[in-house]
Amino acid sequence: MRYIPHTPDDVARMLRACGAASVEELFAGVPKRLRLARPLALPPALSEPELAAHLGDLAARNVVPTGRANSRGNGEALAFLGAGVHRHLAPAAQDLLLLRAEFYTSYTPYQPEISQGTLQATFEFQTIVAELFGLDVANASLYDGASAAAEAALMARRATGRPRVVVSAGLHPEYRACCDAYLRGLAPDGSLVTVVPVDASGATDLKALDRALSGDVACVIAQSPNFFGVIEDLEAVAKRARAHGAMSIGACAEPVALGLIRAPGEADCDIAIGEGLGLCGHTSLGGPGVGLFATRSAHVRSMPGRLVGETVDAEGRRGYVLTLATREQHIRREKATSNICTNQGLMALAFTINACLLGRRGLRELAEANLAIAEYAKARLTKIPGYALRFSGPTFNEFALRVRGGDAARVVQTLAVRGVVPGVSVGRFDASLRDTLLIGVSELHRKADIDQLAAALAEFQP
Amino acid sequence: MKLHVEKPIFEHGAPGRSGASIPAPDVPAVDALSLIPAALRRAAPPHLPEVSEVEVVRHFTRLSQWNYAIDLGLYPLGSCTMKYNPKINEKVARLPGFAQLHPYQPESQIQGALELMWALERALCELGGFARATLQPAAGANGELAGLMMIRAYHHDRGRRPTKVLIPDSAHGTNAASAALNGFRIVPVKTGANGVLEPDAIAKECDDDLAAIMVTNPSTLGLFEENVDAIAELVHRAGGLVYMDGANFNALMGKVRPGETGVDVMHLNLHKTFTTPHGGGGPGSGPVAVQEALVPFLPAPTVERDGDRFRLDYAREKSVGRLRSFFGNFGMHVRAYTYIREMGAAGLSLATEMAVLNANYIRARLAAAYPVAFNHPCMHEVVLSDKKLKKETGVQTLDVAKRLMDYGFHPPTIYFPLIAPGALMIEPTETETLETLDEFCDAMLAIAAEAAADPAMVKSAPHTLGIRRLDETRAARKPRLRWSADRGGDDDNGGGTPTV
Repeated sequence: MRYIPHTPDDVARMLRACGAASVEELFAGVPKRLRLARPLALPPALSEPELAAHLGDLAARNVVPTGRANSRGNGEALAFLGAGVHRHLAPAAQDLLLLRAEFYTSYTPYQPEISQGTLQATFEFQTIVAELFGLDVANASLYDGASAAAEAALMARRATGRPRVVVSAGLHPEYRACCDAYLRGLAPDGSLVTVVPVDASGATDLKALDRALSGDVACVIAQSPNFFGVIEDLEAVAKRARAHGAMSIGACAEPVALGLIRAPGEADCDIAIGEGLGLCGHTSLGGPGVGLFATRSAHVRSMPGRLVGETVDAEGRRGYVLTLATREQHIRREKATSNICTNQGLMALAFTINACLLGRRGLRELAEANLAIAEYAKARLTKIPGYALRFSGPTFNEFALRVRGGDAARVVQTLAVRGVVPGVSVGRFDASLRDTLLIGVSELHRKADIDQLAAALAEFQP
Repeated sequence: MKLHVEKPIFEHGAPGRSGASIPAPDVPAVDALSLIPAALRRAAPPHLPEVSEVEVVRHFTRLSQWNYAIDLGLYPLGSCTMKYNPKINEKVARLPGFAQLHPYQPESQIQGALELMWALERALCELGGFARATLQPAAGANGELAGLMMIRAYHHDRGRRPTKVLIPDSAHGTNAASAALNGFRIVPVKTGANGVLEPDAIAKECDDDLAAIMVTNPSTLGLFEENVDAIAELVHRAGGLVYMDGANFNALMGKVRPGETGVDVMHLNLHKTFTTPHGGGGPGSGPVAVQEALVPFLPAPTVERDGDRFRLDYAREKSVGRLRSFFGNFGMHVRAYTYIREMGAAGLSLATEMAVLNANYIRARLAAAYPVAFNHPCMHEVVLSDKKLKKETGVQTLDVAKRLMDYGFHPPTIYFPLIAPGALMIEPTETETLETLDEFCDAMLAIAAEAAADPAMVKSAPHTLGIRRLDETRAARKPRLRWSADRGGDDDNGGGTPTV
């Protein structure tokens, strides 16, 4: 066993040092009645070549959704999937830096003197996230966008002392589900979450929001671009929340959009949350990703998650440490406000590297490229008889399309067989929108890809 | 080679520089200004760095050199199970058929991924002695939250509303926080004189209001909770459930199936026992395994097998819902599955045996200089103390930890568990050689000798790292949580840009 170095001689020497006659004797603290009396029933062990072949076989039974127009047929599909996971360019430098073992085989930086690399990179991540969101301060990351939304709701409850949470129907349905699950334990008698619908533009219905707000609402959560791809007026939402003494939480599952659209901080939101997976290089079936979380200085002490701060060493040199840990569970235990213990360190690093490579200019260019390709797709697809935009609001790189025949799931199923995944059927989240297909594009799509999607949709017969 | 003092990335580069390589769109250009109304447009662009690819690569490569890592040496953080992360794991997780998958691809396109998740769930259930498991939780604490949600749903489903969760004083701090987030009231219970839980102490709390007990086994003292079955019986009789924190499962593989000791719900940490890398603090992965009675409450979706097809089951009426988006940290599932398939049943049992042998060997070599907190056989980790050293030399656990860095080792977990004063919690794991353990023990003993001869030197360690002890008090008193241009070089924020 190549990962276990013990020779029989080693074992004998070590047992002698321990004063034990056998390894078995070291388990004397485990009563016989609690022992497993048979070998584990697991599949047989594999050598590395066998392992590579077996995992290769499993991987080959998946379709890789990164194919290009007319290059299908070898386990690839041409896909237009976003819905919270937006695949973007992944420079070779990013993954090769992530494979620095000093990064990926280190632990949470409990000992700052030998963790300055992780700590400084995290400090830079916090700065970049705060900048993207237009807010003062960001944490070292949370698990993902959905749990970040739930943690933001919990934080707003703590900060306002109010119980209820209002979420826009434009918030990613899995983020909403996560808020529901996290809050259910604190609401013995029914849900604490009220959902406000979207209007014909696809943005949060502000009149309905007015009706949902009251003195017991801790926060409003709205997303931009929202789940339907629509760029929302978060400022209008924040204003209404503030008028009722509630906090406003701006969500963004597509940080690339922030190169062009108003940042939650600019829109006066108190908290911003997001998902950075699209810039992390690997989408890995949706995880691991990286939950982004930022807020205003005034709220930093009620913010969940790890924080890295700058300080100096004994000789006055600049250095970094984990800080404000008194907020965390490992100090105050049952008084803790959050059970978050780690962050998504390596994914935060991946996000940071890509954001640095893009830089100020690159982010803007990337956002413009996404917008241009989406606008081309929108124009092209809505010319096909039977297809129309579901909502009228402005969009970034994703949009909702009403499909021919009224059954988006069937469109997906039919086209997928031909190697085109045209988008996500919204009916899987909301039965009233089963006619709606969510189509996501990025800078990685070419005109020919869109044209092929258009041809496939034109051919589709319900 | 001397370490390069690396400035923050924001102090590198020049205006207009970029490391981006973006395909030029081959579609008609659009005017963003006309498409996005002014009120929805970004007002001021984010201040991202302006650096070339070379600058980015050097920056992060230099930063990496300031990190300690398992691939550099022993990393004996107790309860963290810093074992070697096999390279093959990284390679297979990067296969496009795994790494490029999108969570909303049609099920027919992700059959291999679903099969892997299904097989991993089966393996974890076999290891733990449970009926089913969810792979959705993103880390151990997220798993605890899921487990307690299921316990709450289980009671509610039976028309009960018990409020009390018992948590031993040796438990991980996250246990209490997870219970509080579920609206439970936490009742601490004391470990007995020999460091393990005594049924008598638990019996007193076993009444109608008992929802659950949370047990870590082996405990954070590295001791096996030998009364776990008797305690489970008491708890079950009162209508409560037993939650086990499986952070220390590396001590039990092939030896004990917790599901057969009375445990109803258990989380595992794939990033501890099953070699997925810690990545400087995540991503983790915290699957939760349950007994049959709790299966209806598992987070949705579950992965189901119908003959040779695999599907996702969202229609789970009693499910507690979602702990996070999508299917959990799938990239970690791939790595853990790969490890389990490489090791097989005998390999995993051997890993547990050698992990326990390594911990006991360290105990044997160091207990005279650093007396154990509890004199009871240890499992995969040993909790030593600074009792003797502090009394004789004034040198404390923190100083020993810092001095160990000068010897080229990562320090153990310190001052935890809280019930062991001056704790040095050492978990070597099975992947370390006898030679490495000896070098580590020699260093620990050398430090004890140094403490006697020159305590001031030990108290001011580390001395050889390019950076000295960091001022954590100052970091908390005047928090600077982001970079800003007007650092000013003085003690304070310097005004202007908010730095909190």
